[in-house]
Parts: sequence; structure tokens; C-alpha cells
Amino acid sequence: MPQTMYDKIWQQHVVEDRGNGVALLYIDRHLIHEVTSPQAFDGLRLAGRTVRRADTIIAVPDHNVPTKDRHLPNPDPSSAEQLATLEANVQEFGINYIPVDDVRQGIVHVIGPEQGITQPGITMVCGDSHTSTHGAFGALAFGIGTSEIEHCFATQTLVLKKSQTMRVTVNGKLPPGCSAKDMALAVIGKIGTAGGTGHVIEYAGSMVQDLSMEGRMTLCNMSIEAGARAGMIAPDAKTFRYIKGRPYAPKPEHWNAAVNHWKSIVGDKDAVFDKEVALEATDIAPMITWGASPEDVVPVTGVVPAPESFSDPNKVQSVKNALNYMGLLPGEAMTNVLVDRVFVGSCTNSRIEDLRAAAAIIKSRRVANSVKQAIIVPGSGLVKKMAEDEGLDQIFLAAGFEWREPGCSMCLAMNPDKADPGDHVASTSNRNFVSRQGPGARTHLVSPAMAVGAAIAGHFVDVRNF
Amino acid sequence: MQPFTSITSVATPFPQVNVDTDIIIAGEFLKTTKRTGLGRHAFHSVRYDVNGHHIADNIFDRTPYCRAEILVAGQNFGCGSSREHAPWAIADMGYRCIVASGFADIFAGNCAKNGIVTVTLPQDQVDVLECEAEACREITVDLVAKSIILAEGMAFPFDYNPVHRHLLLNGLDEIGQTLQNEDVITKYEKERMHVTPWQF
Repeated sequence: MPQTMYDKIWQQHVVEDRGNGVALLYIDRHLIHEVTSPQAFDGLRLAGRTVRRADTIIAVPDHNVPTKDRHLPNPDPSSAEQLATLEANVQEFGINYIPVDDVRQGIVHVIGPEQGITQPGITMVCGDSHTSTHGAFGALAFGIGTSEIEHCFATQTLVLKKSQTMRVTVNGKLPPGCSAKDMALAVIGKIGTAGGTGHVIEYAGSMVQDLSMEGRMTLCNMSIEAGARAGMIAPDAKTFRYIKGRPYAPKPEHWNAAVNHWKSIVGDKDAVFDKEVALEATDIAPMITWGASPEDVVPVTGVVPAPESFSDPNKVQSVKNALNYMGLLPGEAMTNVLVDRVFVGSCTNSRIEDLRAAAAIIKSRRVANSVKQAIIVPGSGLVKKMAEDEGLDQIFLAAGFEWREPGCSMCLAMNPDKADPGDHVASTSNRNFVSRQGPGARTHLVSPAMAVGAAIAGHFVDVRNF
Repeated sequence: MQPFTSITSVATPFPQVNVDTDIIIAGEFLKTTKRTGLGRHAFHSVRYDVNGHHIADNIFDRTPYCRAEILVAGQNFGCGSSREHAPWAIADMGYRCIVASGFADIFAGNCAKNGIVTVTLPQDQVDVLECEAEACREITVDLVAKSIILAEGMAFPFDYNPVHRHLLLNGLDEIGQTLQNEDVITKYEKERMHVTPWQF
């Protein structure tokens, strides 16, 4: 029977078939960070267990690290304790660790691909839902909870029930001014935040193939916002080129065998998916969220919808709540919304291509005076260095943006980068949940180009003619 | 983990859709290295005002819901992040079961590892349970029979992920179980070393 890429990778990793689609699945690579791992290490210690394959794990601090003044002690004692706990744990269990002062430090989902850890055909996990990012390389990568982290530490496996499959096909060509972020938001707008629940998404179609590796990562990253635990893209020559020569890439003596293996895990042409969704890339416009769920999204030319325009009575109530929280009125044009803060960064949009797209919009203009703060946070020290070598930092600084050290930053308000209550934030991150960027903060999810456009204008703009 | 067979309790009605894990436990409370004590921070934006003062009559803390073990929730409950702090916080509040018309996958898995049953029912049945919850009538959740029974005797059968149900019914240490069978993992690794040697 023809198999999807997911079927193939799943099958190759079954250690023990337990019937009814349940299996003990082997895990090849495991990324960890400071927030979700301490209790897993504690669990190991309590039970007198150890880590089965420390060589498959890499640890990096990202969620809690400040993105400036790193020479000073962490201003938050509980963050400092969590970071110190990670450091102690990786030492005790002999785990590869990238410390905060290492040039390779950055967001765990930027580090994995950058170091060549992320490879096609592997199973990869991390105690972070945006692990779906790594599916851009044709890996089966998904977020896990702390109990699963502990299970994976001790056994190098997870007990899982196989998901259903969904193919999202995007054909055609994205219009200028639109990016992978807009594709991701358009997909979520179409299928909803529960649309992919119980499924693994495979993205296909000419526009998906045309995306750079960075763009593919952005698209797969937000699979979880569509409810899917994993998103994947078939690996191709672009994927192999990206991996070649990176520190954790297969060594030259294994390279050809690895590439042959990677080609073999691409899904069969006539494989059948449980669900099919199709979008036309030419129909996609720059997208922007108005509410408190990523599915609350419209093209930038759109308006805030009326709660009554939704059919589900429970959704009507949540839209009312969302508009109240966001301080927006039905019918308001999205381009009229004033912006208080701008954040370019996060595991969704902090790679070099994102920073290039952000810099390209500036064209010698400056951040509007009405904007309190506009920060650019590269995804890793290596991205930062690359951007500086290209002179992007100078473009940002000259325009009035702050140029920061790598980390999760204002995506989730677990470090000093936060928005104030009531602030409208043009954010390239992935979640516009209530208080996600700080208590009372009002997040609008957009692409890097859209975020920078908003910073310059002081309100949202259609970057296609800006 | 405490085994779950059947419980009877009043239920807290919380019908909001797309309740994300940030609502359940906000990022600022994740800076802990322990699993316990998160209940007081759960649903913070619902239970506390912007100044951090407790809202006395909020749905979670008012009588009789303050002692409820069942939560009747909205569609797509637990969406968002993989933080296990969400079920830890809910368990710490005293809940042992959540009923909704849909749950996010990672959240449902995390609940099962922490003794919380997540029952998925069609929305019309969830709506009935919400009315029961509003009326403060007790509901029984029976995981052995895979059925929810209302005070007047009406029953709603449900399906359950077999992996999660097994864990919950027996209160198992999943790691200990897997390690009993460690030989199959070693065997797999030995075979795999020949197929993808660059992974070892």
C-alpha cells in the first residue's frame, strides 16, 4: 500500500507494535530547555534512573534569558534558578549544552536546524509545542510534556498512538509582500485552531517547494496553531544543501548513504491522506490577527468582524470577549489600528531571511515617534552574527530599532521583554493569546515585513504598497 | 499516580472555546522547578483582576464549584503550548476530569500522565452537561464503563485513547513499564545502527 512520509517514518521507528495504532516509538533526537525539563530530571533522580542516550540530547537556554545586559545577573531570581538548574542537570547527566554566552546559543528551534541536528527521516522531540518547526526538513518532530521528556530520557522511546494525516496543498505563487508567515496564518484562518487536531500535516504543492528552508520552518512552526502536533515537508535538494557541512550533519563517509535514505522517506505519489486542504498562493494577502486566537485572522485589507457573524454561539461569546480585550470595534479597518510596540523575533520569524525581509522594508525610514519600543531579536548568536556581517544591524539601529541578543524574548513574557497592559503589539511570534506578551497586552500576529511596516507608520499598513 | 475508575461530583461550567494553556497557567508562573503548588495560579485572568486581587465570586472559587472534581469546558480546550504545568495546575485545584467537545492533543496526553481524564463528547451532550453543572447537579464519570451518567440516570458513552485509558485505570508508572521491556529497545538500536549509522 502506498505510504505517506509520516507512515514511513512512523513505521521505521516502531520498537514495539502494541495494536490499535499504538506503538512504542524510538526517538532519535531530543532538544531541551530550562522551562519544561527540571521536573523530568527530578523524576529520574527520584526513581534512581538515568539518561539512556545522552548523545541524542542537546540543551540550550532560551525562554528565560534576557536579551540585553547579559553581563548583569538575571533580574528575575526564579528565572535565574531555572537556568542554573538546567546547567546543573546537564552536568550531572552528561548532556551536550550550549551555554548562554556561546555564539551558538539561541531559540531551541533555531539551533536544531542551524547545528545540523534536525535531519530528514528522524523522530525528534522537545518539551515545547513549536517543535513542529523541524518538520520542515522531513523529520517527524513534535512537542511533548514533561512526563514524556522523562520517559524519553529514561527509555529513548515514547508510547504513542498514530495520528491521522492531513495534506495541505498550496499551489501558485505568493504575491510580492507576502511570506511563509502569511501562508501559515491563511491556513489557520481556513481550518481553525482545532482543524488539525489529531492529525499530522504534510505541506505540499509548488509554493511550498518554492519556499526557502527558513520559510518552510515558519510554515511548519505554526502547525500547532492549527491544532496539528506535527507539520512536515518532503525533503529535497534544498534541504540536503542546507544540512551539508553543519556541525551535527552526517560525516562525509556517511553523506551519500544519508541522502539516499532521506530520499527514500518521501511519501509515495499515490498515498492517501485522511484529510485534504488546498489553498491558492495567489489568493493570499499579508495577514493580521484581530483577536485572541490565531484563527482570528484577516487580510490586512480587512476589518474587525462582528461577533454575530459567527455561527457557533460559544464562538460568538469568545469573539465578544476577544474584542473587549483587544479594545477593537466591529467594522474597524485593520490598518487603522495603532501600534505601541513592535517585536520581530521568536521561533517563527527570527532567522536570517526574516531579518532581511524586515530590513528591506525600512528604506531609510524611521520608527514612528508614537511607537514606544521596536525590538529585533535574532533567533541565535549565529543568526545575529550573519546579520551583522551583512550590515542589517546598522539598518535597524539607524531606523530606531533595538538590536538584541538571541532568545524567546517578547513571544511569551517569561523574561524582561514584555508589553504593558493595553499595548497593541505588532508581533512576528505565533500566539496572540490573552496576556501572552504580558498581562493585558494586545498581540497582533504578522510577518516580519508587516511588523516593520507598522513600526514605521505607527499603525498597520499593507506592505504591498509601502 | 492515583488510579481513576469512577468519580461523582458537581462540575464547574466553563464553556469558553479555545481555552489555551496560557489561560490555564500563564507563562509568568512557569518559572518553577516543581510540579506542585500551581493551583493557586491556575486560570489567573479569570480568578484575579488586573491588579492581582482575588475575584471572590469567580466561577472556580465559588461554592459548590470550589470542590468540583469535574470541569465542563468549551471546544478545543488546552490548545497552545506543551507545558505540563497546565494539567499540574488543574490537578492541584482538585479536578480529576474535564469534559469538552475537543481537546488539543498534547494537553490530553499530558492530562493522562497526571491522572486527569479528558472526555470528548459531541457538543450537544456537552451542552446538556453544562446545564447540569449550572444547576449544581452531580455527574458521574465512569472510565471503566466509558460512560458519563447524569443525576437522573441518562448516560453518555464515550471513546477513549487506549494508551491513556490503560495508564489512568491502573495509575501506572509508564517509564517503569517500558523499562521492563528494555531488551526490545536495545534490539531496535542494534538493528538501526546499520540502517542509519550517522544517527549513532
